[in-house]
Amino acid sequence: MSAGNGKGIPVRVWAGVALIAIALAILPFVAAFAGQAWVRILNFAMVYIMLALGLNIVVGFAGLLDLGYIAFYAVGAYVYALLASPHFNLHLPFWIILPLGAGLACIFGVLLGAPTLKLRGDYLAIVTLGFGEIIRIFLNNLNAPVNVTNGPQGVNLVDPFRIGSFSFAKAEVVGGVYLSGPQKYYYMLLLLTLGVIVVNLRLQNSRLGRAWEAIREDEVAAKAMGINTRNVKLLAFAMGASFGGIAGGIFSATQQFVSPESFGLFESIIVLSMVVLGGMGNIPGVVLGAILLTLLPEFLRYTMEPLQNAVFGRVLLDAETVRLLVFGIALVAIMLYRPAGLWPSAVRKRELEVAKTSDA
Amino acid sequence: MDIFLQQLINGITLGSVYALVALGYTMVYGIIGLINFAHGEVVMIGAMVSLSVIMALLGAHAPLPSVVIILAGLIVAIVVCMAIAYAMEKVAYRPLRKAPRLAPLITAIGMSIILQNVALIIWGRNYLTFPTLIQPTTHNILGASMTDLQMLIVVLAGVLMAGLVFVVQRTRLGMAMRATAQNPQVAGLMGIDINVVISAAFVIGAALAAVAGLMVMTYYGIAHYYMGFLLGLKAFTAAVLGGIGNLAGAMLGGILLGIIEALGAGYIGDVSNICGFPFLSDSLQEQCAASDGQISMFGSNYQDVFAFFVLILVLIFRPSGLLGERVSERA
Repeated sequence: MSAGNGKGIPVRVWAGVALIAIALAILPFVAAFAGQAWVRILNFAMVYIMLALGLNIVVGFAGLLDLGYIAFYAVGAYVYALLASPHFNLHLPFWIILPLGAGLACIFGVLLGAPTLKLRGDYLAIVTLGFGEIIRIFLNNLNAPVNVTNGPQGVNLVDPFRIGSFSFAKAEVVGGVYLSGPQKYYYMLLLLTLGVIVVNLRLQNSRLGRAWEAIREDEVAAKAMGINTRNVKLLAFAMGASFGGIAGGIFSATQQFVSPESFGLFESIIVLSMVVLGGMGNIPGVVLGAILLTLLPEFLRYTMEPLQNAVFGRVLLDAETVRLLVFGIALVAIMLYRPAGLWPSAVRKRELEVAKTSDA
Repeated sequence: MDIFLQQLINGITLGSVYALVALGYTMVYGIIGLINFAHGEVVMIGAMVSLSVIMALLGAHAPLPSVVIILAGLIVAIVVCMAIAYAMEKVAYRPLRKAPRLAPLITAIGMSIILQNVALIIWGRNYLTFPTLIQPTTHNILGASMTDLQMLIVVLAGVLMAGLVFVVQRTRLGMAMRATAQNPQVAGLMGIDINVVISAAFVIGAALAAVAGLMVMTYYGIAHYYMGFLLGLKAFTAAVLGGIGNLAGAMLGGILLGIIEALGAGYIGDVSNICGFPFLSDSLQEQCAASDGQISMFGSNYQDVFAFFVLILVLIFRPSGLLGERVSERA
C-alpha cells in the first residue's frame, strides 16, 4: 500500500475521496432535516459497523463461527456503565474506561477461546453461544446479595463522553454552527469508525491477516506451513473481542443506559447477519452489510406499519418480528444463492468463478 | 435426604425429555456431521401444534375422552414436525452438503430464526397455558413425591428410545443409516439411497422432538415461542456430554444433564451460602443475621447456567464425550 505517497494516486481518486469526505461531513445536517432520530440512527449504524468489523475478524478472516459475540459488547458496555455512573458513584473519563473495557473483553475472549479453539469449528459455535447466555444470565442476576449490575433494571444515568467541559450529550454552538448532541457524537464516531476500518484494512494485509486466511482455507495446510494455529486463532478471538468491547463502551455512553436486555442472542445473530450479508472477510462488504441492516428495520418501521394500517386497517405484523424474519430468510438465502455475500472479496469471487468453470 | 431424592426424580424426568431431543441432534450429526441448530425450534413447534389441536378439540366440545384428545394433538404435532424437518433438510441443508462447514451451520441458524418468528406470528408473544385435562395423582416414593405425569414421561421416553435402538440396530433402514454414517460414498456404491437415509434421520428426530415438545409442555404447563432455544441448547449439551453421534451416549447424557441441573438448582443455594465466610461487610452481616444465616451468592435462578458449564467442562476435559469416539480436529 502506498499510504502517504501522493504521486502514485491519480487525481480522480483524490477527488473521489474529497467528495466522500464532504458527503460524510454534511450528512448529519441533512439527516437532521428528517429529525434528530435519524442522526441517532446514523450513529447506531457506526456502532454496528465497529461491531461487525470486530466479528468479521473472527468469522470472516479466521473462519471461526462466534455466536456469543455480543457478550464482549456487553462486557465493554457494563465496564463503561459501572465505572462512569452514579451506580457506584464513579465517574472516570472515557479514555481510561474504553481501553479498560476493551482489555477486559479481550481477557474474556482468551478465557473462552483457549479451551475451545482446539475443537472443531461447529463446537466453537455452540460454546460461544452458551457463553453469551452465561454472561447475560449473570448480568441479570448479579444484583443480590451484593448489587453489582443492578439486575434486570440495568444501569441508568451513565456519563456521556466528556472532554474537560465539552460534553457530547449537550447541544451547543461550536464556531458559529449549532450542533446537537447526536451530531457531536456523529463526528467522534466517524473518526473512531474510520480508525477501526483503517486498522482492519492494515490487519488484513499483514502477516497475521494472511495467517488467518490460511487457517480459514485449510487449517492442516496452514499448520504445515509453520503457522502456530492455536495462537493465531486466539489472537483473532482476542482482537475481535476487544473491538466488541470498545463498541460496547460507546453504546453505553451514547445511550446513557444499559440493561441485560440489549445483549440477547438475537443481537449476536444480527451482527452475524451483517457480516454474512455484506460478504465475510471483505471489509467494504461488511460495512455495507452493517449500514443496510441498521437502516432496513427503520425503513420497515416507517413503511410497514402505516402500510398495514392502510390496507388491513390494523397492524398485523409488527416491524420487530418482520425484521427478525427477514434476517432469518436473508441468512438462508445468502448462503444458498450468494455464499460470498452482496459484496464479496476479490479472492472469494475468483474462487467461486474457478469453481463454476471447473463444474461446467 | 428427601430433597435429594425429590431433585433426583425431577432430574430424571427432565433428563428423559433432554434425551429424546438429544437423539435428534446426535442422529443428524452422526450421519452428516451437521449441528442441526433448528432442532430445538422443532420441539417448540411440536408443543405449539399439539396445544392448538387440543384447544380446538376442547373448544368444539367433542365428546372424546381426554386421552384421545391428547393423542390426537400428539399425532398432528408429529406429522407437522416431520414435514417441517423434511422440508428444512431439502431446502436449507441438502444444497450445501458439499459446501464449507460454516455454510450449513449459518443456514441452520437462519432456519431457527425463521421458525421462531413464524411461531411468534401464529401463536403470539404470550405464554400459553396447557389445560389440566387429567388431574395428576401424586405417589409417595421414600418420602419424595412423583406424579403419574412424571412416571408417564419417563416410561414413554424409555419406550421410544428402545424403539429407536431397535430400528437402528435391527432394520434395513437402520443398517443403511449406520453404513451412511461410516462412509456415505461407499454406502452409496452399495446401493443405498443416501438422500432417503438422511431425510429419514431428520424425520425420525423430528417425531421424537414432537413427543418431547408435548412432554415439556404438560410438565411445565406452559408453552412459548421461545421455549425451543434453551431446550435445544441443553439437549445439544446432553448429546455432547454423552458423545455426539452415539445414540446410547445421547440417552445417558440427557438423563445425566437433567440430574446435574436438578441437583445443582437444589443445592447451589446452600453451597454458595456466604454467611460462613470470615470477611463480610457490615451490611452483609446484618443481612445474614436477619435471614437465619442464609444469604446465597447464587440462587436457583442460575439453573440454566449449569448446562453451559457442563458443556465447556466436557469440551475441555473429554471432548469426545462419555461414550464417544475421539473427535478429530477437522475431518
